[in-house]
Formats: sequence, C-alpha cells, structure tokens
Amino acid sequence: MPSLGADMDAGRVVAWHVGVGDHVTRGQVVADVDTDKSVIEVEVFATGTVTELLVGEGERVPVGTPLALIADDADAGTAAPSRPGAPSISAPDEGVAPTRGAAAEPETTTSPESAPKPESAPKPPPPATLGGPSPGETPGSRAPISPLARRKAAELGVDLAAVTGTGHDGAVTADDVARAVSARPSFPSVEAPASRAPASRAPAEAAPATTQPLTGAERQAALRRAIAAAMARSKREIPHYYLTTEIDVARAMSWLAGRNSGVPVTARVLPVALLLKATAVALRTTPDLNGFWEDDGFRPGSAIHLGVAIALRGGGLVAPAIHDADRLTLEELMAALRDLVGRARAGRIRGAEMSDPTVTVTSLGDQGVDVVAPVIYPPQVAIVGFGRIRERAWVDGGRVVPRSTVIATLAADHRASDGHRGAIFLAELDRLLQEPEALGKEHENPEWTTREAED
Amino acid sequence: MSASSPEQGRTITYREAVREAIRDALTRDELAFLMGEDVASYGGCFGVSHGLFDEFGPERVRDTPLSESGYVGAGIGAALGGMHPIVEIMTVNFALLALDQIVNNAATLLHMSGGQLNVPIVIRMTTGAGRQLAAQHSHSFEGWFAHVPGLRIVTPGTLEDARGMLWTALQDPDPVLIFEHGGLYGVEGVLADDAGPVDIDVAAVRRAGDDVSLITYGGCLPRTLRAAELLAEDGISAEVLDLRSLRPLDTDAILASVARTHRAVVIDEGWRSGGLPAEVSARIMEGAFYELDAPVARVCAAEVPVPFAQHLEQAAIPRADGIARVARELVRPGG
Repeated sequence: MPSLGADMDAGRVVAWHVGVGDHVTRGQVVADVDTDKSVIEVEVFATGTVTELLVGEGERVPVGTPLALIADDADAGTAAPSRPGAPSISAPDEGVAPTRGAAAEPETTTSPESAPKPESAPKPPPPATLGGPSPGETPGSRAPISPLARRKAAELGVDLAAVTGTGHDGAVTADDVARAVSARPSFPSVEAPASRAPASRAPAEAAPATTQPLTGAERQAALRRAIAAAMARSKREIPHYYLTTEIDVARAMSWLAGRNSGVPVTARVLPVALLLKATAVALRTTPDLNGFWEDDGFRPGSAIHLGVAIALRGGGLVAPAIHDADRLTLEELMAALRDLVGRARAGRIRGAEMSDPTVTVTSLGDQGVDVVAPVIYPPQVAIVGFGRIRERAWVDGGRVVPRSTVIATLAADHRASDGHRGAIFLAELDRLLQEPEALGKEHENPEWTTREAED
Repeated sequence: MSASSPEQGRTITYREAVREAIRDALTRDELAFLMGEDVASYGGCFGVSHGLFDEFGPERVRDTPLSESGYVGAGIGAALGGMHPIVEIMTVNFALLALDQIVNNAATLLHMSGGQLNVPIVIRMTTGAGRQLAAQHSHSFEGWFAHVPGLRIVTPGTLEDARGMLWTALQDPDPVLIFEHGGLYGVEGVLADDAGPVDIDVAAVRRAGDDVSLITYGGCLPRTLRAAELLAEDGISAEVLDLRSLRPLDTDAILASVARTHRAVVIDEGWRSGGLPAEVSARIMEGAFYELDAPVARVCAAEVPVPFAQHLEQAAIPRADGIARVARELVRPGG
C-alpha cells in the first residue's frame, strides 16, 4: 500500500485491474485505492507476472502492506526501475520483482513526504512490496553520523556521504562537517539565471552539471541549495506586500459536491482545482501580477501558466506550471494537476514546466494551516497562498453563522504592482468563487476572452 | 567556629557546615528538632551533631531506638502535627528499613488527603562509598528516591550547600531528603562568614567549559572537578555541572550545558543499570538530540556490592582519572 498523501495511514483497495497470472508492465494501472479523500490509481513499477493478490477488494490495510506478489520475468534480469528520482528498490533474490505504487495526490498541492517511506517497507527480504526505501538510503550501510553533524550538514548543504568521519567508530562529527565545508572549493552555482527561468528549482537543474548520476543525498542537498538561493534572493530583492482576505466558499463547495456526486470517483474535481481555476481567471483582471520582474522592469507573462507548489518526499519542493490554466476546463485542470503532482514526486517534471510559471499558487490547507504568507519565486512578481477550507464564524445578514471559508493571501512584488491592484485581484477571486457554475464553464465564456484580448 | 578572616570567611569542614546549618535551624525555628540514632550525647555516628545536645537539650536533640521505620514514622507524625522535624538516618542503606514510611506515607499523604495533610519533614542521611565501610554502609540509593513523586531530593556537594540547603528544605511544606556523601564530611574549605540559606531548585555550573559537560552531584563533584583539571592539562575544556537537586532535575540547565559543549558524561556513584544517569541521559536525548556530537557517556559504580578492600573499593567507584579518560575518549576518540 503506497502512501498517497502525507496524512494517509491506510488505504482500501477498491478494485483490482489485474488478476493472478496476468502479465503486468511497468507503469500499468493495477489497482484503485481509496485514500479517504479520493480514489487513486496505483501503477506498478515493475514488469512481471502477478502470482498472488495479497489484499482483496474492499480490504483496508496500513501503508506499507504488500498488496501483491509479482514474479520477475525469467529473462528480464532487472525489472526494478532505476529511473532517477523514483525510489529504487532492490529486487529480492527469489526471482520476484518488487512493485511500487505511484500516484498523484491531487487534493494537496503541497504536502511533504508523500509516497512510500523507508519505514513502510517491511522487514528486509519481503517478496514484493508496494513501498521501498528512499533513494540514496541503502538499509544496512548507514554510516554513523552524530546528530549535531547531521544538523550542521543540513544547514550548510554538505553531502554527508562525502565526509570522512573521525569520531567514535568512524562517526562523522560536527568538526568533520566543518572541515568538509572549508575544504570545499565552492558551491555549484544555483543562483537562478536572470532570464525567464524563474529559479533552478528542479533537482536536475539545481544539480551541478555532471554526467555522474547524483546520489539521493546529493540531489537533496542540491535541491535544498537551489531553494535556499531562490528564497534568499526573493527576500533580499523583492519588496513583498501582503494582502489577505477571507472568502466564503460555501456555494462553491456545495456546487462542487453536487457536481462530484454524479461522476465516478476518479473523475471528481477537488476543491483545490476550483481555487486554482479561480486564481488563473482572476489574474486576467490584473495582468501586472502575472509575469516577471527583470532588468528593472516588468515583463508580463504571455499567458497564465500557474505554478503549483508541490512538496517532494524527502523534503524540498518544486513549483512546475499548469500551462494556460485559465483556459482549461475544471476537468482538464484537475487532470493536469493530478498528472503534475504524480510526475513531480516521481522526478519526471519537464524542463519547460519548471521555467514556465508566470505566477505561483501554494496551498497548505491540508496541513491544517489557516493562513499562508508565501514567498515569491523570483523573477515572478506574485504568489497566492491558500489556507484550509473549513467552517468559520461568518456574519451574514446580521447573524453569525457557520460558513465554509478559505483565507487567501496574495504576496506581490511592490516594484511591479501596488496594493490597490492586489486588492482588485483578491476581490475578483472572491467574486469568481461566488459563481462556481460560471467558473465551471468559464473557459467558454466569450466575455473573458474579450477581456483577455484587451490585455 | 573560630578562625575567621573578615574578607575570606572561615576554614571549615563539610561536617561543621552541616552542624552549623542544624544549629541555625534549631535556633531560628522553635518547631524544629533533630532526632536519630546516637545524635544526642554521642554526637552522631559521623559526628555531625557533636555538641548540639549540650547546647539545645534533650527536647530538641533526641536519640531514637534502633528502628528506622519507627522513628521516621514518628517524624512524619510530628510533621503532621505541625512540627519541623529533622530526622537523621545513619546511612541510606538503613533508610531502606524506613522505605515504607518515606515512600508510602511521607511522599503520598498530601496527595491522598486531597491536599489536607502536608508533611514538612526533612530527612538527612549519609550516602556513598570510599571509606572502607563495606557494602552495607556504602551504597548510593539517592537515585531510587529520586524516582518517587512527592519527595524532593537534594545533594549538597559543596560547603555552601551543606550550610545552606537545610534551612530551605525546612521551609518546604513537603518532605525533603538531604543526601550527604560520607566522603565529604572531612573536606575542608573556606566558607563565607555570611553563608546562609541557598536555593534547592537549580543546578550550578561549578566550572565552565566548551568541549564536554561533566554532569554530576554530591560526592562525585570534587572528583569530577579534579577530572576537569586533568582534562585541562590535555587542552580539553570541560564544563562541570552540579545537579544539586535530583528531584526535580534542572533539565533546562542540563540541556543548556549540552547545547554549549555538544558532549556529555554523567557521573554517579550509584550502579549504572537503571540509575540516575540513565534519566539524565534520556532527558538529553529528548531535549538536545540535535546538539549531540557524540553519544552520552556514563561513569558509574561497578555493578557489584561495594567491596571492603580498599583497592577493590576504589576500583569500583568513579574516580577522577577514570572520569577524565571517558571524557577524553568522547572528545578525541582514539587520541
């Protein structure tokens, strides 16, 4: 049972798409799993023949529980995936290939540590498990590293795998980390280029140019450095202003629930998709929030490519683009989000997706956060943060009533726009969310097209 | 107390400092009295109460029968009746005979009476080895008592604390146990003329350092300070933290010290398994894990009944050179 979300402890197998004796190919959808939030397709990451289904339909099992046994093709040799970025799983000796589920967790645009955790893998030689160790962590070969050294290394971006330990039993100590820092010639450059590429946030881009495949720890460190560079640059250069508003989403939620009730679970649209859609459409009103600050001037984005902040397992985040988000139907946007989250966590984001966003959205609502005050990704000029949707006290017609609301925060670059423009954006966002039906059909609304043309 | 210099104070032994504390208590608090085996005309098994009987008379300095359970129970009763008894138990080994009174009565009555009955008793006892008194007089069980809610456990390791902890303990409305290490009674030092009550809540840094925290209390304190000097000769800067109170433990002070030095050795004359250093170590793991640059080390007594033969006894308990060796290995492994 793969972990399909940060808060997922268990899942229920809704349906098997394969049976014993079936041949499965890597990437094939083999089962549907209900995570309590939504039904998600589980892909198999190995090629082979199903020899046993260990969990029946309707059964609910904890994350990490093996779902099926898959025998390696006799001649396949290495059926285990070795794709960089995906958890690699060493094939056990018995000739069975491990499988692993990968799936998008579409409800959360940001959630750390999704997907299989190292701990979720059962004892060392299970036949085949949906779950496995994280990249770069080989069980059993863990070198001793003092807690302080580990903390310092994380702070300084030192790859511990490359540090020689001088402590007890060869443990890496804080002094060893300090020595490694002073011996290091210099960091690989991760400063975002001043061009369109907003920031080298993708692991592949953040890594030093080299033909050697990166270890997990190196990739992690490189990603962390890239984030550090982008965020430090943002806070150093961008005069942020923040505007926050609480938006009544009761109508939007009930409309969404009505819409979802008529379709199969896999076709359901999650609230976050509606928020993304509204954000994208609202940005048409305020094009000065959609674009880049470059060379002391604002360059508007050619379209509305919505960057979506996605937390990666093992830490760090990426914010790849959903292209032309304002023109997609809700269903298309939902599908794009599902696809993007899945690929981001599997390390398969395309370069253009990393460099294209003209604005970013971050949602920490699934973590229970009420208000997000986000940091702009340079050279973008705005980022929108959504907290969780929940019932709050709301004054309506002179009475206090419980009402589903979301708190939206706009952080924008004061060089490119002023608070007045930001306020217009938030007001438009609010207005759009009061008319979910129109938003659902908005892609075909000529009025918007006209307005966009004027921009 | 005779020889005194106005600036420096007087040269005095730990024993005399305790005696002064008792004298002070009996003088200032008419509800206070001292009782225990041979505390009166004999002057106490270790000579602590020498002269007090003549000074205060049989009402205030009382001999008791050889029955720890009986006279500790009497002390608890006196405390319930509003008195402020100071009960002396010859050594902690014999306190086991009064364990029922201490743990089941003194420690619990406040709780079990719904706050109606507090027990303002102070129980002093000798602890520790090193004087060739053999196993039945040499053990260190203060860590056991520190397990018990309802008791406050203090361990004076300096002249100032020997002089000052008793009065503060007497002011506490609940039971306080004072553990005096037998090896300290003869230790001489200079005590300020105006020495008086001290707090019994916080740990004290007795020597500041950067490389390793040596955490200890009571009888091991002088040995640990010597170990810090040995380490200084090797260029290792050791901080010595005197816990002073074993219950409650000053966790903040422990964590703050480890945050400075990133290494810790906990020294105790009790046995290692399940001892107080295990508790200290666990609190460091809980509160300062990411400050640690090496595993927490312990220096404890060998897990045998304390031997009588001098060379075996000395080999069984923490000594300065052994503490220094463990600390050195922590700071410079293999060096």
